[in-house]
Amino acid sequence: MSEARFRIKRFDPASDTAPRYDTFVVPYEGNLTVLEGLFSIQERQDGSLSFRYCCRAAVCGSCAMYINGRYRLACQTNVSQLPAGDVTVEPMPHLPLVRDLVCDMTDFFAKYEYIKPWLIRDEAHDPEREIPQSPKARRKLDMPIDCILCGCCYSSCPSVWGEENYLGPAALLKAYRFEVDSRDQARRERLPNFDNERGVYRCHTITNCMEACPKELNPTEGIQWLKGAAVRRRLFGRLK
Amino acid sequence: MIRHQLVVVGGGLAGLRAGVEAKGAGIDVAILSQVHPGRSHSGAAQGGINAALANNPEGHDDTPEKHAFDTVKGSDYLADQDAVYQMTQDAPPAIFEMEHWGCPFSRYDDGRIAQRPFGGAGFPRTCYGADKTGHYLLHTLVEQAYRRQVRIYMEQFVTSLIVVDGQCRGVVAYDMIRGGFEAFVADAVIIATGGAGRTYSNTTNAIISTGYGAAMAYHAGVPLKDMEFVQFHPTGLYTTNILMTEGCRGEGAYLINDLGERFMARYAPSVMELAPRDIAARSIWTEILEGRGIGGKDFVYLDLRHLGEQKIAEKLPGIRDLAIHFEGVDPVTDPVPIVPSQHYTMGGIDTDRDGVTRMPGLYAAGECACVSVHGANRLGGNSLLETIVFGRRAGKAVVEFLAGGGGGRAAPAAAAAVEALAAVQARVDRLSRTAAGENAYDIRAEMIDTMKLNFGIFREARQMQEGIDKLLSLKARLPGIGLRHAGGAFNLDMIRTIELEGMLDVALATAVGAFKRTESRGSHARTDYPNRDDEHWLEHTLALYRSDGPPELDVKPVALGMFEPQERKY
Repeated sequence: MSEARFRIKRFDPASDTAPRYDTFVVPYEGNLTVLEGLFSIQERQDGSLSFRYCCRAAVCGSCAMYINGRYRLACQTNVSQLPAGDVTVEPMPHLPLVRDLVCDMTDFFAKYEYIKPWLIRDEAHDPEREIPQSPKARRKLDMPIDCILCGCCYSSCPSVWGEENYLGPAALLKAYRFEVDSRDQARRERLPNFDNERGVYRCHTITNCMEACPKELNPTEGIQWLKGAAVRRRLFGRLK
Repeated sequence: MIRHQLVVVGGGLAGLRAGVEAKGAGIDVAILSQVHPGRSHSGAAQGGINAALANNPEGHDDTPEKHAFDTVKGSDYLADQDAVYQMTQDAPPAIFEMEHWGCPFSRYDDGRIAQRPFGGAGFPRTCYGADKTGHYLLHTLVEQAYRRQVRIYMEQFVTSLIVVDGQCRGVVAYDMIRGGFEAFVADAVIIATGGAGRTYSNTTNAIISTGYGAAMAYHAGVPLKDMEFVQFHPTGLYTTNILMTEGCRGEGAYLINDLGERFMARYAPSVMELAPRDIAARSIWTEILEGRGIGGKDFVYLDLRHLGEQKIAEKLPGIRDLAIHFEGVDPVTDPVPIVPSQHYTMGGIDTDRDGVTRMPGLYAAGECACVSVHGANRLGGNSLLETIVFGRRAGKAVVEFLAGGGGGRAAPAAAAAVEALAAVQARVDRLSRTAAGENAYDIRAEMIDTMKLNFGIFREARQMQEGIDKLLSLKARLPGIGLRHAGGAFNLDMIRTIELEGMLDVALATAVGAFKRTESRGSHARTDYPNRDDEHWLEHTLALYRSDGPPELDVKPVALGMFEPQERKY
């Protein structure tokens, strides 16, 4: 039987005046993920602990947290892989808080919606067959479609901290995902929503998003591509 | 009190597809989801979705009829053949629709959707996007829901139905962010809350797949059908039961025992690793029981090494990540330890092929429902298909129901809504007042182990009777539970305690169905009744909820007519 010591940031805006850190010792056999540790605490030691969870297999994006000073998915983080000492668990910083480890994602999803994250086509297609797409064209989507909307990149971006209207890396990566899709024909429909004061020009290639992403995606690359498209349109009036 | 014409409970593929359909017809629809819909368990599906597109060069003779035959044979002839026929006919247009909405399927050189072989299928007909098909389909439908401005209430834990004069008129939900209860009054409700995998301790399912949605209908008097049929996926990771897609074997991976044998040669020599899931899972378990698990332990190997790094990177990148992160094994260089794991709930809320239940105004679609298209054993690639085909059909059925006056409802729902809200509040108050009560998680832990041990891959009367007794004794302990934490936002203690009450009843329905069905069929394998018994058991079971004991069991005929039941051999 092993033991892990968790140090968890707690705050309930409804009843607490200031955040605090609570410490719990979690016994376990074999392996222990941070998410399993949180469940063990919630079930056995402190029923008031709050956190998000769902798939426990790193595909749903629910349990993004700040663990030992790094953005991680709690389900994908094994305690044995962390440096010895306390496991410090905090909510993703720079986001409004609902309670304990649960952040308010309202703005995050409003920005996602703002960039029109859906396939736009003005040309009709044969309802009885697929729109053809070559494997080469499809490969351009490989990186951005793996986004799980966990919010790590968004929370990590200094440009988001400084300007609350900035769309941030996740929404822009989603815009990129559609702009590079050979089937998308948005032309003027989506571009104004990232080629504006909320959009791509606020990315200063700090690349925190790349480091923060638990799926090892590269939002910066997508944003720079969008920036190129937007600048080309401004300079030459060209679309895509 | 919030009012909408239609409330959809659940924001996975089935719920979203239903919501999009109703919204498209001008219905005022709201989706209530326990998580952001993009986090639903549909997104964990990996290998693909079946449709007879005949895109694969080896599948150019494929047809919906052949898809229907494979599905019915796979179901061990328990599926309703008219419903299966409907699903396989609807499949190609459903796939094209998802593609037109942007789903990033993998492609052939000619630009068409790629298809891979899957278990129990005569042709390679499983359309896929690498090994993340569920994630891609789910995000595509979330995008379409946003595009159509479908109203989505996120992080709502729905606790109960509002019923007026035997008609479903809405739901009560706990708003996890605000931390209070609210009544949603509607003219129709669609339940699309997924499976009940978490009633087992060894499941591939997400933590929110508790079966609570099905339990709500069950508590309101709607029967659960065929709950004894529980699918064990052959290949869950050994230590976590996280899914390794059937696509691994579709792409050529081997199952290997301690002697280094491809042991499937003993059980399904003509299809080997691509045997249907019930057969593959039993074969693995037999190897383990006979001492040929790796090192004599309770796992075998899934070996992908011969596929090579490039093929794994292209076709199975997610599998590689999961094996590395969760099992510490890189499938490129090492075989992956796997064990059969609870994966899918074939049974569910009794519906017809339009999602209609016995209760007017109440519909169900997806894994929480039982149409039945999977019968005693679901084929891989048919569950994603079921969600979008029957999600759409349920949405459409509600549109017609509302156009026809919504069943001629007379009584106003407001009073019932207030009552339902008060009932939930009273239930929570009671839980909060039980000082130093029993810990709900002790009961949960005993329940999930009982399901694993007493209602697993192989079943037998004495063991199941013990299991039923155990579940009943756990149910008797429910009133003694006390909450550790009362009130407030995001109260996990309250949500998980309420869930437990539903889970235990769903588990009991599974247990009693399994005990009463004295035959072996599909996933239901009894060592004391090893043969299929078409004379007595070619019929669905219906579990009816009884608050004071185990469920009452009724039966319902299977829709036959296209394919005569035969002995099932592969």
